[in-house]
Amino acid sequence: MRAFGLGGLGLGANPVAAITDTLGLWALRLLLATLAVSPLRRLTGQPRWLLYRRMLGLFAFCYLSLHLAMYFAVDQGFDWRVLLEDVAKRRWITLGAAAFVLLAPLAATSTHAAQRRLGRRWQRLHYAIYPATLLGCWHFYWQVKRDVREPLVYAAVFALLMLPRALGAWRRRRAAAAAAAGYIEVRADQSSGKKRSSSALAR
Amino acid sequence: MLLRRPAAIRPSEITPPEVYAGRRRFLGGALALAAATAAPAALGTTGPTGTALSFRRNADLSTSEAANSWEDVTGYNNYYEFGTDKADPAANAGRLRVQPWSVAIGGECEAKGSVPLEELLKPHALEERVYRLRCVEAWSMVIPWVGVPLGEVLKRFRPTSKARYVAFTTLRDPAQMPGQRWPVLDWPYAEGLRIDEAMHPLALLAVGLYGRVLPNQNGAPLRLVVPWKYGFKSIKAIVRIDFTERMPATSWNRAAPGEYGFYANVNPAVDHPRWSQKTERRIGAGVFAPRQPTQPFNGYAREVADLYRGMDLGRNF
Repeated sequence: MRAFGLGGLGLGANPVAAITDTLGLWALRLLLATLAVSPLRRLTGQPRWLLYRRMLGLFAFCYLSLHLAMYFAVDQGFDWRVLLEDVAKRRWITLGAAAFVLLAPLAATSTHAAQRRLGRRWQRLHYAIYPATLLGCWHFYWQVKRDVREPLVYAAVFALLMLPRALGAWRRRRAAAAAAAGYIEVRADQSSGKKRSSSALAR
Repeated sequence: MLLRRPAAIRPSEITPPEVYAGRRRFLGGALALAAATAAPAALGTTGPTGTALSFRRNADLSTSEAANSWEDVTGYNNYYEFGTDKADPAANAGRLRVQPWSVAIGGECEAKGSVPLEELLKPHALEERVYRLRCVEAWSMVIPWVGVPLGEVLKRFRPTSKARYVAFTTLRDPAQMPGQRWPVLDWPYAEGLRIDEAMHPLALLAVGLYGRVLPNQNGAPLRLVVPWKYGFKSIKAIVRIDFTERMPATSWNRAAPGEYGFYANVNPAVDHPRWSQKTERRIGAGVFAPRQPTQPFNGYAREVADLYRGMDLGRNF
């Protein structure tokens, strides 16, 4: 229970660290949950999963914002110099800050109106969740002192969720390449006077 | 044809009427249980436990700062032999058998051998010293230790002129220390001091806390306390002390040489590569208490700075 931050009042001796860490962990968990929606939809054939994607993504951003607020406002007491120095000098904080910068426009364009206005560019913009989640896992990996088992579990879940996407992209690219090859073949066939070609197979 | 379809609600799932009728009492009981488990942590009502020790208070070497609560000192520990979470040591250290206990003394000294803990302590009077403790993770506590001056114990073994360093080793026994089943660090834990550091009057061999015998999660039965260095130097559950001519290998230094040095003196001017050491969060100060500035040598510069005169503390971190 405690490991999942569900201990209620049990924040321990260092509540600032406990709250900050828990918020960060949940931000990462919710990002991974958001990424799980598409594979789950394909796996189950249930389009209903998509109804939760926006909500999960916004929850992730909410927890990330609170995580950041906890660090900046409560732990560092609004000290801008510390913030700038940390972002510039501490690699893991640089990564965390980069993830936040990547995700902020996604949260801002999460409405239907923004989706309509941006059209196809909306999808391209929202691919930013992939690098942002990767940065989140990396941020966690670099933050721990020595025991990297838990960060590696998160990284493995991320890799697992990215696997079908990578496979899909690879298949699409191969199909496109085959189609392009077939197209050239068709033209070659046509120029030699043949009617049918292998392009149908390629497609 | 008889169709045997299981009922939608199985009999075992039906709440008996007396339980249903008593649901308010059940809820009240659940709430009371939740309050009872949460209250000690929230209100700090669990006091010190363990055998009381007789000691005299060393006011000269004690800080006047308010000591952290017994719960904080015994519930928030870095002791990877019992797990890497701060709450793990309190949960898992119960399996450590601290009696009988002896310490093997070896290396460059005249009186080598295995010494039972009782004999190791017998010639010395226990004293209480309230020290600041600064963890390398940038949090701090104030802890009332009970122990004996390390230097006086070491002198009894008559170190030779070759003894330039003192190496300490923790028990290695994965059956008693479940954290050792995973190579988070290169077990057994090892630490070391330069001999002049070890002989400094502030270096303490602690056997108690808050006037009681050390709880296992705090390093029972015998641990080092070096208040001007980061907490990881203060090795716990010591089973070996060796006098050496060469600088001994130490656990955290071996694990990440760029992050943890042999000296590990508290120094706000030298950052850890991954975080700042300029400030620290005092445990127990509350969520909205600001961080406080970290002092050079954890506030013991007047006493120990001479040990490092002429040394580049940025390089010898």
